[in-house]
Amino acid sequence: MTGLRVTAVTSSYGRGVRVLDGLDLTVPDGELAAVLGPSGCGKTTLLRVIAGFAVPDAGEVVLGGRTVSGPGVHVPPERRGVGIVAQEGALFPHLSVARNVAFGLTGSGRAERRARTGEMLELVGLGGYGERMPHELSGGQQQRVALARALAPRPALVLLDEPFNALDSALRAGLRSDVRAALRAAGATALLVTHDQEEALSAADRVAVIRDGKVVQSGTPQELYARPADPWVASFVGDAVLLAATAEGDRATTALGSLALTAPASAPGEGTVVLRPEQLNLAPATEEAPARGRVTEVRYHGHDALILVDVPTAAAPVTVRTTGSAAVRAGDETGIRVTGPAVFHPKAG
Amino acid sequence: MSTHGSPSVRTPAAASRVAAGVRRAPLVLLLPATAAALLALLPLGYLGVRAMEHGWAHAWEIASEARTLELLGRSLGLAAIVVAACLVLGVSLAWLTVRTTLPGRRIWAVLATLPLAVPSYVAAFTWISAAPSLAGLPGAAITLTFACFPYVFLPVAAALRGIDPAQEEAARSLGGGALRTFVRVTLPQLRPAAAGGAILVALYVLSDFGSVSITRYDTFTRAIHSSYQASFDRTPAAVLGCVLVTMTVLLVLAENRTRGRAGHARTGRGSARPPVPLRLGRWTAPALAWCGAVSAAAVGFPLVTLGYWLTVGSSGFDPERLWSATVATVTVAAAGAAVTTVLALPVGVLSARHRGRAARLLEQSVWAGHAVPGITVGLALVFFSVRYAYPLYQELPLLIAAYVVLYLPVAVASARAAVLQSPPVLEEVARSLGRSPLRVLREITVPLAAPGIGAGAALTFVVIMKELPATLLLRPTGTDTLATRLWTETGAGAFAGAAPYAAVIVLLAAIPSYLLGRRS
Repeated sequence: MTGLRVTAVTSSYGRGVRVLDGLDLTVPDGELAAVLGPSGCGKTTLLRVIAGFAVPDAGEVVLGGRTVSGPGVHVPPERRGVGIVAQEGALFPHLSVARNVAFGLTGSGRAERRARTGEMLELVGLGGYGERMPHELSGGQQQRVALARALAPRPALVLLDEPFNALDSALRAGLRSDVRAALRAAGATALLVTHDQEEALSAADRVAVIRDGKVVQSGTPQELYARPADPWVASFVGDAVLLAATAEGDRATTALGSLALTAPASAPGEGTVVLRPEQLNLAPATEEAPARGRVTEVRYHGHDALILVDVPTAAAPVTVRTTGSAAVRAGDETGIRVTGPAVFHPKAG
Repeated sequence: MSTHGSPSVRTPAAASRVAAGVRRAPLVLLLPATAAALLALLPLGYLGVRAMEHGWAHAWEIASEARTLELLGRSLGLAAIVVAACLVLGVSLAWLTVRTTLPGRRIWAVLATLPLAVPSYVAAFTWISAAPSLAGLPGAAITLTFACFPYVFLPVAAALRGIDPAQEEAARSLGGGALRTFVRVTLPQLRPAAAGGAILVALYVLSDFGSVSITRYDTFTRAIHSSYQASFDRTPAAVLGCVLVTMTVLLVLAENRTRGRAGHARTGRGSARPPVPLRLGRWTAPALAWCGAVSAAAVGFPLVTLGYWLTVGSSGFDPERLWSATVATVTVAAAGAAVTTVLALPVGVLSARHRGRAARLLEQSVWAGHAVPGITVGLALVFFSVRYAYPLYQELPLLIAAYVVLYLPVAVASARAAVLQSPPVLEEVARSLGRSPLRVLREITVPLAAPGIGAGAALTFVVIMKELPATLLLRPTGTDTLATRLWTETGAGAFAGAAPYAAVIVLLAAIPSYLLGRRS
């Protein structure tokens, strides 16, 4: 059974401005999917359509086999069973942590409610915090309570709207894995909306990249990173080196020499190859090196460094990722060696 | 050949949360809001109907009578004098307290806002009782000026705080003296704020009934009242009411325009760097004398006179009467504030959360009360009830209705601001956790907005308690509020007898004002 199926959803505001343009999305039961896109791509609108706060112009939203939005159907938000974890937690400031978590537990008796509330707080690692007020918690704790509150009524789907945005990066990674673990333990189907590719790749089982109101590519994080559907997705999902190329068979000729391709080109011709900076290695600037250039900038990040190299035949500097301390400085001559295959995208049209 | 380096497409957090598919306003809000709007529009509409009852020609005849025009001249003349005087007082005090080294600037600024706490007819009573020879234009002008100048002082002081001092410094560095800089650079920027304040003052003067009748200066409002009392033909009073409403509506429209422009002028607000205050030097003593004189006249004098009359005492003073007037005042004000607040809530929520055409229309209708003088609202409701709802005539519900019409804007503004303070996402989360719109309103929206709504209710209580003209026309037979007693006693020249009522009004008004001030 599918947890969530969104089919051909179109939504516009004002006159003619399309925010969602025939969007399709499927999240299998019990999976955590991420919707990734730049701001203004329509992901917030998608979230509001799924939650029932916005009525789409066309298309269908099916939740656990039940049509909640479709032609002539609009189930109001309170009868959808969709939990929401909002950007900054959005805890009810006038209610204690326990009463926040119990807010959605309407149909059950008092004892049952208390048990479920305690269970949910344990799940997010905040057992014993029930009597606190929201303002007495840190930002990360507030997000955990928001997750517990959303999970408590056993929703068909949990929507996470950029939930880690307001937190500093040190806290983020830890909370992210905790949230993932909690969702998994609860067996919840969840949709994470984010503009942060690192967050999408590290947290989700499946990622859908959205641009201009459409899903441009959907797949596992590994597929997305290794086989981006087009150069735009390649640069949006991680760092990418894009090179003009002429392909023939399973090889392409580029400024960095002749490269192996992940799949043979369907027809010989012009196009773009995508490489990841970690596929590029510095080599001695000798005659044997397949390509040579001059280092223009070294961006040191501690655990690794990005080195920009100006290759004479390439239009823009290429990026090389090296681990540890880089042995080169700006101005040095260097050779470049490519490992692993490149993804080839033929020129459109 | 093209190579593309790390194109990190990390955008700032999705800032634009404009949602497609506008949420429709729920009926549980729309229905009561519509009722409130209709109630607010009813008096205006009915006044027009009554004025035109004997045809346009008859109405025009009354409106163009020599006496009408004379009254119009007197009202407008008084407004012009008071506005001019308020501009001088308000701007000078604002500048002295915000931009100079005047000793005790904070205290002077507080003193300059205190007149707002004293009803203008109480101030009128103190002036007339101390110097009966001031009756007429001088008394009315003095009373209203000292009661109204805070309306200019407050916005101008705020604007002065907002002006980027760099502009003035630039003018000084270009060789302009301090005075020249003030006149050429600072003053023009204060114009929107000063104009907005001036229009509020004019609106107050035109609508005022209490102080002009206590200082015995015939203006439009007083003529409406006497014309209503004197004759059985209600058409003249209705026509005069319509003329007055037309003038006030024009002023409100003008005020909205200045407000719009003032807001625009403030958008490019520069640094928050506080300006270096101007050294007053040998001008310190005259400046202190000026502030002292204004405060003495506006705050000190009414309080001292009131104290004098209280100690003199009156043979005719009846503590039981004072007690029953106090009870009646608190009762009608509490009932009025409660009903007004409850009716304001749906309108406030709608205008804060649903920016549709219907919501805007409802909000604007409610603002009608802002433009209509109390005397005309009272008059319209008298006419309406005498003809269509006689059992209600001079009964409490009708008086409450008048308060609702007059002060709905006050309560709506508070409710709207209170609702806007909590993010709408809280309501959405509550919906997603299984709550219907009505229960979300009850469990989330209202509890979160409660402090602001309570403050609005307290403010409404104070303004209702001070209300005079509509109360005078609509109060249940045999009921006297503090304001109407004060009006009756001063009308009979019984100053010592009026003083206790004035004192209780000032005290009662001070309690919620004090609580509101402490909260903010």
